[in-house]
Amino acid sequence: MTDADPVRLYRTVRLIRRFEERAVELVHGGQIVGGIHPYLGQEGIAAGVCAALDADDVLAGTHRGHGHVLARGADPARMLAELCGRVTGLNAGRGGSMHAADLSIGVLGANAIVGASGAIITGAVWAHRRQGRDTVGVSFFGDGAVNEGMLLEAFNLAALWRVPVLFVCENNGYATTMPVSGAVAGSIAGRAAAFGIPAVRVDGQDPETVRVAASAAVDRMRAGGGPELIEARTYRFDVHHTFEHVVRLDYRPPDEVTRGRARDPVRIQGERLPDTDRAAVDAEVESTLDAAVRFALTSPGPDPADALTYLYASGLTARTGGG
Amino acid sequence: MPRLSYRRALTRALGDELARDEAVFLLGEDVQVGASLVTTGLAKRFGTERVRDTPLSEQAFTSFATGAALAGLRPVIEFQIPSLLFLVFEQIVNHAHKFPLMTGGQCSVPVTYLVPGSGSRTGWAGQHSDHPYSLFAHVGVVTVVPATPADAYGLLVTAIRHDDPVVVFAPAGAMDVRDDVDDLAPVPLGRGRIHRFGDDVTVVAIGHLVHDALAVAEELADQVSVEVFDPRTLYPFDIDGLTESVGRTGRLVVFDDGNRSCGMAAEIIASVVERVRLLAPPRRVTRPDGAVLPFAPALDRAVQPGRDQLATAIHLTVKDGP
Repeated sequence: MTDADPVRLYRTVRLIRRFEERAVELVHGGQIVGGIHPYLGQEGIAAGVCAALDADDVLAGTHRGHGHVLARGADPARMLAELCGRVTGLNAGRGGSMHAADLSIGVLGANAIVGASGAIITGAVWAHRRQGRDTVGVSFFGDGAVNEGMLLEAFNLAALWRVPVLFVCENNGYATTMPVSGAVAGSIAGRAAAFGIPAVRVDGQDPETVRVAASAAVDRMRAGGGPELIEARTYRFDVHHTFEHVVRLDYRPPDEVTRGRARDPVRIQGERLPDTDRAAVDAEVESTLDAAVRFALTSPGPDPADALTYLYASGLTARTGGG
Repeated sequence: MPRLSYRRALTRALGDELARDEAVFLLGEDVQVGASLVTTGLAKRFGTERVRDTPLSEQAFTSFATGAALAGLRPVIEFQIPSLLFLVFEQIVNHAHKFPLMTGGQCSVPVTYLVPGSGSRTGWAGQHSDHPYSLFAHVGVVTVVPATPADAYGLLVTAIRHDDPVVVFAPAGAMDVRDDVDDLAPVPLGRGRIHRFGDDVTVVAIGHLVHDALAVAEELADQVSVEVFDPRTLYPFDIDGLTESVGRTGRLVVFDDGNRSCGMAAEIIASVVERVRLLAPPRRVTRPDGAVLPFAPALDRAVQPGRDQLATAIHLTVKDGP
């Protein structure tokens, strides 16, 4: 059941945009330790894909994963608290930016290992279907992941066993600093074709285009089809990781950055709304994020004595490291 | 009393758990035909949906199992070759093991990794003969190495019911052991078993080496009284049980089919001497540092810890003391 409401789609991209901008400020202010991989510029992909999903669907993301978690509907306040390492965070402060997860809404986690989401999601969707549910799954990954064997093995498993997984490649042109042209032999869509997986290339900067493509794929998968792949071409507006705000790395030509930033998914979707509607959404998002920042920064940090709480689901306790 | 082989004990444990719990399913390479002779007959009994053959994609099907576990199932993966664990170490450690903590307790990942025929099978050479249980103990994945048919059954059942990932090493050297078995029951994790009581020295033997240790203890019976302690689970380790044993004997020798450096023997000795003042320096009989099992049978045997080495270590330990 696709959510085609343009206002909601705009709200999602706007929320992710402003969340990330606020998060970068918190990194600079020292409230978020370890930095983040900002999703800035890629918002239309998470928003468009998640608008095509139902409540029982599952997804897993990447190290650049805030957008996926937020687009799926996680509480921005608990998400921000997680980034700040607070006990009120989605992961009780144990995961942070690269592992934010909310299993209650089918977010099996951002994942810091490139290419890891495909097989995990394939297994989860297969399990749901064995339990008689109508679940489809989404595996988000970047262009760097298409050279990871584990992901290509997952393409094969999902296609072979006809597990309805939408593989979404967010091709932002760079794996950290490595351009696609220096890393990918053949093509990204061609990898899907090799496994008999239908693939489309879409403009990832237009949230509505992504939503339409994802909805069509999800409809076919729910009707009994196997996995599909969407290659969403996009551009990362900011750094690979916020350490680049301190250490400048020279790998993207300035005119390329200017051109890339000109196609802004938030502006593109925003222009589809009357000014008053857009302003109302913007105000509501600011108010949500003001509250989220307050919540995150006033939430308690975890007790160091509990550092390894949750290590074992079985309740097994590990020996401590002291003498 | 019915005789049961170690291998059939594993088969029975898999069958009983597949029958008991719909959430359990088995996947791996050649499991439908039962190439390891462990999964024999299970596909016919439970269907090919629950006993699934996989392509040779160890990394993908290991993480597939993680995903299925996150969604409420209890996968059991069979690896026919112990060295495949190196290939999927990433998937087990970085994902299955870390998910509960990284998600702040939102999930459990109850996957069992069953490795029938771990260690040397003689003649299978460098890439099929490893015994990497210490690696999993090191990273904190529950690791069991049953020595007997009853423990193979009981620990595999427990592993499948356990809410965290468990690696079950079934040593090649134990697969053909047969035993009189009355009663098959789950065996708790982290509880060792004394196979033979003695007064002079405690020998900790892991997996198939339990049988070698018992034979050596018997041979030396008129010279030294040897207690044989089988930890059964390497992580979590029954340090209380072993402390009790060594507290009585005052001497410790560890018999471990792993490489020496950073191996289980090193960990066991360290854990004991933190608690017990021994009568003599402890000793360990292990594979050499960095061992790669050479092909020729005589060389393969030369690299594995042997009975003669154990007998020597026992003598030296007893001689060293008061």
